[in-house]
Formats: sequence, structure tokens, C-alpha cells
Amino acid sequence: MLKKISQIPFSDTPEQAKKLDAIIAECAGDESQLMHVMQVAQDIYGYLPFEVQKKIADGMNVPLEKVYGVATFYAQFALSPKGKYAISVCLGTACYVKGSQGVLDELCTQLGIGAEECTADGKFSLSACRCIGACGLAPVMTVNDDVYGKISASDVKGILAKYA
Amino acid sequence: MYRSHVLVCGGTGCTSSNSPKIIEQFEAQIKEKGLEDEVKVIRTGCFGLCALGPVVVVYPEGCFYSEVKVEDVPEIVEEHLLKGRIVQRLLYDETKAGAQEEVKPLKETDFYKKQKRVALRNCGVINPEDINEYIAYDGYQALAKCLTELKPEEVIQIVKDSGLRGRGGGGFPTGLKWSFTAANKADQKYVVCNADEGDPGAFMDRSVLEGDPHCIIEAMTICGYATGATEGYIYVRAEYPIAVKRLEIAIAQAKEMGLLGKDIFGSGFDFDLHIKLGAGAFVCGEETALMTSIEGNRGEPRPRPPYPAVKGLFGKPTTENNVETFANIPTIIREGAEYFASMGTEKSKGTKVFALGGKIKNTGLVEIPMGTTLREIIEEIGGGIPNGKKFKAAQTGGPSGGCIPMSLIDTPIDYDNLTAIGCMMGSGGLIVMDEDNCMVDIAKFFLNFTVDESCGKCTPCRVGTRRLLEMLDKITSGNGTLEDLDKLEELCYYIKENSLCGLGQTAPNPVLATLKFFRDEYVAHVVDKKCPAGVCKDLLQYKIIADKCRGCTACARKCPVGAISGTVKNPHTIDTSKCIKCGACMETCKFGAIIKE
Repeated sequence: MLKKISQIPFSDTPEQAKKLDAIIAECAGDESQLMHVMQVAQDIYGYLPFEVQKKIADGMNVPLEKVYGVATFYAQFALSPKGKYAISVCLGTACYVKGSQGVLDELCTQLGIGAEECTADGKFSLSACRCIGACGLAPVMTVNDDVYGKISASDVKGILAKYA
Repeated sequence: MYRSHVLVCGGTGCTSSNSPKIIEQFEAQIKEKGLEDEVKVIRTGCFGLCALGPVVVVYPEGCFYSEVKVEDVPEIVEEHLLKGRIVQRLLYDETKAGAQEEVKPLKETDFYKKQKRVALRNCGVINPEDINEYIAYDGYQALAKCLTELKPEEVIQIVKDSGLRGRGGGGFPTGLKWSFTAANKADQKYVVCNADEGDPGAFMDRSVLEGDPHCIIEAMTICGYATGATEGYIYVRAEYPIAVKRLEIAIAQAKEMGLLGKDIFGSGFDFDLHIKLGAGAFVCGEETALMTSIEGNRGEPRPRPPYPAVKGLFGKPTTENNVETFANIPTIIREGAEYFASMGTEKSKGTKVFALGGKIKNTGLVEIPMGTTLREIIEEIGGGIPNGKKFKAAQTGGPSGGCIPMSLIDTPIDYDNLTAIGCMMGSGGLIVMDEDNCMVDIAKFFLNFTVDESCGKCTPCRVGTRRLLEMLDKITSGNGTLEDLDKLEELCYYIKENSLCGLGQTAPNPVLATLKFFRDEYVAHVVDKKCPAGVCKDLLQYKIIADKCRGCTACARKCPVGAISGTVKNPHTIDTSKCIKCGACMETCKFGAIIKE
């Protein structure tokens, strides 16, 4: 899976660093916990900056290339930050046959960005996901934790307006 | 004692359409009316009829209220719970009995009538976050029976006799799989539950985990006892937060009651369970890839042999089964192998859960005895295709599967029949497609998926699927030739024969199946340069029918690229060189004057 790597300079708060150190300390010595540590790290930072990957590699005593390898293998790990409002359009089969591609295309047009990208002001990021399991509501899109079901391309403008 | 129980669906579908707020509102209203000692509100797992969510069922009457909104709650509390009058307007149409105070039992509705619930028996019935409710429905009895009355080999024999086959898609006999692990001596063995449900559009496993987590814990412990394993892992998608939370609660409760951990039922048998979160990789549904992932690596598959029964997780003998397979185990042990084997066909026993989705009225979760025909599922249980459209095909097995066309709709569904027609059972995704879906586009959709999800370890899959996708792109953009169709087929077989794991070996199936049953659609794309279903944009043209156009100018104003011209009250025209085929004009036209062809 091809991933976009962020060019934004990394900075973190002392609290974030403290949380990351704690989870690394808890799991150091058990290599099978690597994915768990990375999942927690992504919860802390919203994505996995290179600096965080390096810290995990050093702390867990695994090669950095392994951390990077895992980060790029799994869809869940992001190498660039999400927008304030993370939009996700379900492209699972049930949604696809009911026209979710059209919804995604319309979002791209409205926001002026492609899938897996973030608007310049950092407000919206857009991604396509594989089935969130709410197939009864197909086609489905989510904005952070809000779920919008049974939508069509013409609903997109109205939904985006709520977050303007 | 409560005089009434209000069951609110807490599955992912209904949760997405606001069921948590409905529960809050029920609790608040019930308290306000002072009914909290008489009426109990329970958050259950999935009822199955997701299309009508959020679902609320009130017992003892068994009223099935559908598409309930938060605003409807005061009326249900006031009318039904306080005054005993059923709120007719919210009742599921099929359960309306005519008379004011009567409802037809849910079991008699078309959706539920032909279903037989074994794996889903507790979903939508119990509160999954309360172990006592599971125990009240015979929970952990099967485990007690195994640990106190049966020897491990007797447990395996029962599972063998039941005829249960792996529900993850492969259909390998479960009892046989267990016996392989049991036969290997080792200082440590493992049981793994595959809950990495990767088929997009399938949610059977998630619903079992959300609605009945204890049955998985019970079944895995039984498997551990039968095969000699003392530790288990549940590998579950991180995208299923509700399932993960309920599993965590269930494991904690089971440990507290001594049903998990050391010396279970005083039998001296120890079993411990861990949850591992997946991170979104389709290939991890393959058993060796899943184990590699649990070990903390990129989830790449390993060549077999050695099989997991010999050298699996952390290099130890391991039994891996899918969620639905495990969900059948407690019933098999409790009710006996004969009971289970009495359902289904000769070589496929029991039931199968399908996630019914796509162009179908009753989207949701259905569990049917093996041998039920696709026609029964679609026309009776599923309620048919909405908007009067014609059925075209049903897709099973997701990105690894094939499709069933109209001509084979009466095939009884079981493992062997589906394989015989070039399709597969798969894990249970069943997506219905109508005349508006283009089969070439669907094949391309699945190839896009496999290209994305191919782990890259072996060349036939990594490179081959990408070449397949490029050929499909060529065809859907109108540049394909008849020769391409033959090349496409040849490459499909090459990839199937030479890939390392199940992902690559099955990735060409959607192409092969659509080529077999819908070759005419491919030919239309290649020879006539037309997409009969009107999906492939490059082959489409939007046109205005002059006779029908009133010259209202609505389309011209809507067109984002200014491709439509014309004067008021005169027929308009579309400049096809400017048109980006977004379809906005067609959606806007009130007179049906715009067509695509």
C-alpha cells in the first residue's frame, strides 16, 4: 500500500512524549507487542511521524526498518497527520454497488483534494476505507465520529457545510 | 421481576444510526414515569434486520419497532409501557396483525421464517455485556460437559461427527483440523480465533463478537482442552471497537467467575485468552499471515508445509478457526453431533450466516440451513430488489469469490455446489447486484482491492494482479480488444496456479467468474465500446432528448463545466467535448429529458 509521508516538521508536547515513553517501557522486551505500541503511539499523535518510529525502534530494541515496514504494511497506520475533520468514505462492496464512488468523487471536487490527502488549512482530510460494517446504511461516510448513511453525491455539499 | 423488557439493538449498524441515544432516552423517560422497577432496558447484539434500524423490541408482547428515532421514545414509553397500547405506526409492517393490540410473531415474518439460528442464537436476545444472561441461556454448559465428562479425543470425535466445516471460506473439516494439532506433542500449543474479517461488505463475525462474545470464549476453551492448548489469541480488526470492548468485558467476567484461567471447573485444566488487534490488512485473514502478524511482524504468509498444526504461532502447534466456526461449537457439544448434522446437505452440515447487502430490500444478517437456494434468500428472506429493478448477479466470497447469475439462482447453497459453479462460499458476504451494476466494473473494483492488499511477497500476486487491473482499465476505458479477453483469462490462471497463499490464488476469481457468466458485457465494452449498465464513464455519453426538454435551464445552471447551452423555453444541448460526465444534469432534470448511453 502506497502511503503519503508527511513533510510537516515534527513537534510534540511533554505529555505526549511521556505517554509514549510509558507504553514503550511497558512493552519493551516483547517484540510481539510492537504493533500494539504503534497503535497506542498513533492514538497519541494521530499519525506515526518518523521521529516517533525511531523512538519506538530504539525503545523496543528492534531495527527501525522493521517499525517502518510494519507502519507501511497495515492500512491503519498513517504517516501523515489527519485533518481537524477526518472524512472517510466507505468503499466496501455493499457501499460501492450503491454508488459510494460517486460520493468520494464529489468530496474530492468539493474539497479540491484527492483521497488520502489533507486540505492546506488542515481542516479536512479525506480517505477511502474498506467497510465499516454498517452495510444497512450504504452508502456510508463518516466525519470523525459522526456517521452519515444512505447518502448520495448531492448530499455532500450539505454535510460539509455543517463543519464549515 | 420486571414486567417488560425493552431490547435495543447495539450492533454497529444501529449504533451508527443513533441507538445509544435511544437507550439514554428510554432510561430517562422510564425513570421520569417511575417505571424503573418494572421495565428493564437492555442493549443487545444485532437482530439481523439492519435495513430497518435502529431496532427496538418490547417483550413480553414481542413488538418489533423499526426505524425508531429518539423523538419516538416518549410515545413508546407513554403509550406502550405505561398504558399498554402498541404504537402501531412504528411496528415493522410485516408484524402488523390488523387488530390493534396484536402483533404477528417475528418468527412468522418472511425475513425470519426460513432462518435457523445456531451461530447467531443469542444475538439480539441477550445483553452481551452480562455473563449471567449468557449462562441463563445454557452458556458454559458445553464447556462444563467437556471438562467434567468427556476426554479430549471424545470432544474431537463429536466435532468430527457433526460434519462442521470451516466457516472462514475454505470449508476444511473442523474436527480433522483439531485432531492434527492434538496429535502433535509440544510444551506449548495455541488456539487462535480469526476475527480479522476482511471481506468488504461482510459483517457476520463482527455481529457474533458484538452480540455473543462469551460463546467464542467458551468454544476456544473447549478447543484448547481438545487439542491440549493452554493459551489462546483472538485476532480482531481494530476497526471493530464495539466488538473489542465487549470481548474485553466478557474475558474479564469469565475470569472472575473462574470460567477462564487456572483450574477451570476444578478440572485442573488451565486456559488463558489474549486479544490482539489487527491493523487493516486483508492478507491477515490467511492463517499463516495472521500468525506472523500476532508475532509483531508485517503480516506476510508463510509457505505450507509446515502446517500450523505442526509449527504455527511462535513456532508451536496451533489450531486456527474463524469466529463463526467457533460459534457453532457450544451448540454441537450441548445438543449433540446428530442435532447439528440433521441440518444442511450431505456434505455441508449445519447453517451458514450471510451478510446480505447491496441492491436488496432487507439488508442485514441472515442465518440459513445449508441447502437453501439463492432465490429463497433473495426473494423471500431478502424481500427482493428495490425500485422494481431486475436481479443481475449475487456476489459471494468477496475479493476471492465469484458471482452467481440469474440462470443459477436455484442452486442449493453449500460448499461443493458453489465450488462446482466456479464460485465459492467465502466467509459469508452476499452482495446483490441489479441491472444498473456493470460486471466489468465490479471485477475491476475487486482487483483494485487485491492490488492494494497484496502483501508483495510473491511475484505472481504482486505483479500479476496489477497487470490484470491494467487490462481491466484498458477495457473499461474503451481501448480493449477481443484478444485482451483471452490474455486476461490466461493471466488469471497463471496467477491462481503460482501464488504463494490464498489471497493470490483466489484474486483472479472475480474476473474469471464475470468472464464466464457475463462475457457479453466484456464484449460490449470491447467491440461496441459501450457499457450496457451505464457505469463506465469513458464509454458514456449524456444526451438531451429534444422532445422532452422544456428549456427550463436548470441543467445548464447546474453543470459545473458549462457544457450545456440553450435558450429559455428551447431544447438545450450538451457539448460532449466539455462534459465531464458527473451526472449532475441528469439528477437535476425534472422531465427525464437527459439520458446516458
